[in-house]
Amino acid sequence: MKKYTFTEKKDTRSGFGAGLLEAGKRNGNVVALCADLVGSLKMEAFIKEFPERFFQIGIAEANMMGIAAGMTIGGKIPFTGTFANFSTGRVYDQIRQSIAYSGKNVKICASHAGLTLGEDGATHQILEDIGLMKMLPGMTVINTCDYNQTMAATIAIAEYEGPVYLRFGRPVIPIFTAPDQKFEIGKAWMVNEGSDVSIFATGHLVWEAILAGEQLAEMGIDAEIINIHTIKPLDEEAVLKSVAKTGCVVTAEEHNRLGGLGDSIAQLLAKNNPTPQEYIAVDDSFGESGKPADLMSKYGLDAAHIVEAVKKVMARKK
Amino acid sequence: MKADIEKLNDIATQVRRDIVRMVHQCQSGHPGGSLGCTDYFVALYFHVLKHNVNFNMDGAGEDLFFLSNGHISPVWYSTLARAGYFETAELGTFRKINSRMQGHPTTHEHLPGIRIASGSLGQGMSVAIGAALTKKLNNDNSLVFSLHGDGELQEGQIWEAAMFAPHNKVDNLISTIDYNGQQIDGPTDKVLSLGNLRAKWEAFGWDVLEMQGNDMEDVIRVLELAKSRAFKGKPIMILMHTAMGYGVDFMMGSHKWHGVAPNDEQLAAALAQLNSSLQDY
Repeated sequence: MKKYTFTEKKDTRSGFGAGLLEAGKRNGNVVALCADLVGSLKMEAFIKEFPERFFQIGIAEANMMGIAAGMTIGGKIPFTGTFANFSTGRVYDQIRQSIAYSGKNVKICASHAGLTLGEDGATHQILEDIGLMKMLPGMTVINTCDYNQTMAATIAIAEYEGPVYLRFGRPVIPIFTAPDQKFEIGKAWMVNEGSDVSIFATGHLVWEAILAGEQLAEMGIDAEIINIHTIKPLDEEAVLKSVAKTGCVVTAEEHNRLGGLGDSIAQLLAKNNPTPQEYIAVDDSFGESGKPADLMSKYGLDAAHIVEAVKKVMARKK
Repeated sequence: MKADIEKLNDIATQVRRDIVRMVHQCQSGHPGGSLGCTDYFVALYFHVLKHNVNFNMDGAGEDLFFLSNGHISPVWYSTLARAGYFETAELGTFRKINSRMQGHPTTHEHLPGIRIASGSLGQGMSVAIGAALTKKLNNDNSLVFSLHGDGELQEGQIWEAAMFAPHNKVDNLISTIDYNGQQIDGPTDKVLSLGNLRAKWEAFGWDVLEMQGNDMEDVIRVLELAKSRAFKGKPIMILMHTAMGYGVDFMMGSHKWHGVAPNDEQLAAALAQLNSSLQDY
């Protein structure tokens, strides 16, 4: 197992804030919109640097999505910022008609996704957003795993033409990917090469997969860990190549097991190479209030549960 | 000026012929609101807008128009064709398979003149505001126009946009409401009252004008007045009084023709009332 260490923990949303500032410096057409959550989205640095390119929309997310769509006409690259719940479910039809169907170059940037939002509870903990967004034709869906990757992804999507959903979160977590990395949309990242099982993880579950990999190594299990930061378009080649080698799969995501990364991989495998698969995901339920780590444990989204899922799926291998 | 009005009225009559023929040939679509807004569209595209029929999505240096109540697509398609954006013959493909003229306007099929999909109501004012903000950022001193149904004002997003535009001094925006008092299920007063629209928009901080939308002379006068009041710190709202189905006596003023196609006899009766010097497609 390749060794991953970290010296610092930060929230992925801060990676977004840093990436937005950098994207703004690189391209004068980058503009930012926010629905009364500037602090939560870490947009202050961008606003300070480019006050004339920031638009405070107020608590009106539908209006924000429409304004963003309109701003693309004339060449702006709008980044919208609010919580994941208000970035997707609340404004699904606005995104569907004015952005996705209309093919507008809007970057929907969503913080506080999933259970790790914590104490605010299930009203704010969306676990359906990846599914909602990946079903929209033409929408790119990205869920980053640490501060550095989120910063790199934010810069990369500004350079990509087309609608993007970028999902990140609230808690501080280890920074284990490289600073100044080049983020390639749709290109899976090999975290650890292995031969016994393929663990495909996204977002906050990537670090948990690394912790699980270390425990598995001690048990003599050689896990391949791949970070699927881009859920759509899925890096099919990387997934199929890995599965051809390992013959069994665990998917890990902070999302409902219905409609997320696990389902995308299951669909690919069902068509090309039917393979035993276990899901690390929320079992079709809402979340609840609590500390993020406690919630992740209760809902089965941590390293311990990944280890159990690996044992289970390896026993199913033919 | 008088000659211009006559010419515009002649075009409007032809557009009305196109509308009833388009809706008849596919036996679906929305003739009522289309006929009611015809004079506005013709005035806009043949007199008011600074625009280029060689369509370019960004429209730099051009006035932009957004249709929020997308179901009145027939009047827009006909007007665009008559203005020269594409051949009028293509109007015969309206709502048919493999057409660029979808039931509701879209950019997906790349029909020249369309900059955003609409049909799901309430979204167009936000989009128009966005385009207006970009014009300001680009130091582009042209205008953005948008059209909305009155029933559409029942959508909450409209009022989000209504609050945003004055607060942010989006004064390069001229929105219009097709104030015909009708929606699919009946008169707006019965379905869900709009109340005092003038007072509502004024309270939100808009510069409100009123216009007789089926009187070409008044349409031109008020649209020109609206232009003269742009860039003065407030977005502009025109309450456009129209009759749904205007120009065809048996369709006029009734919500029953909101989304119903005429049969062969009704088509003939409608066309007999609409005499234009232009050619049918």
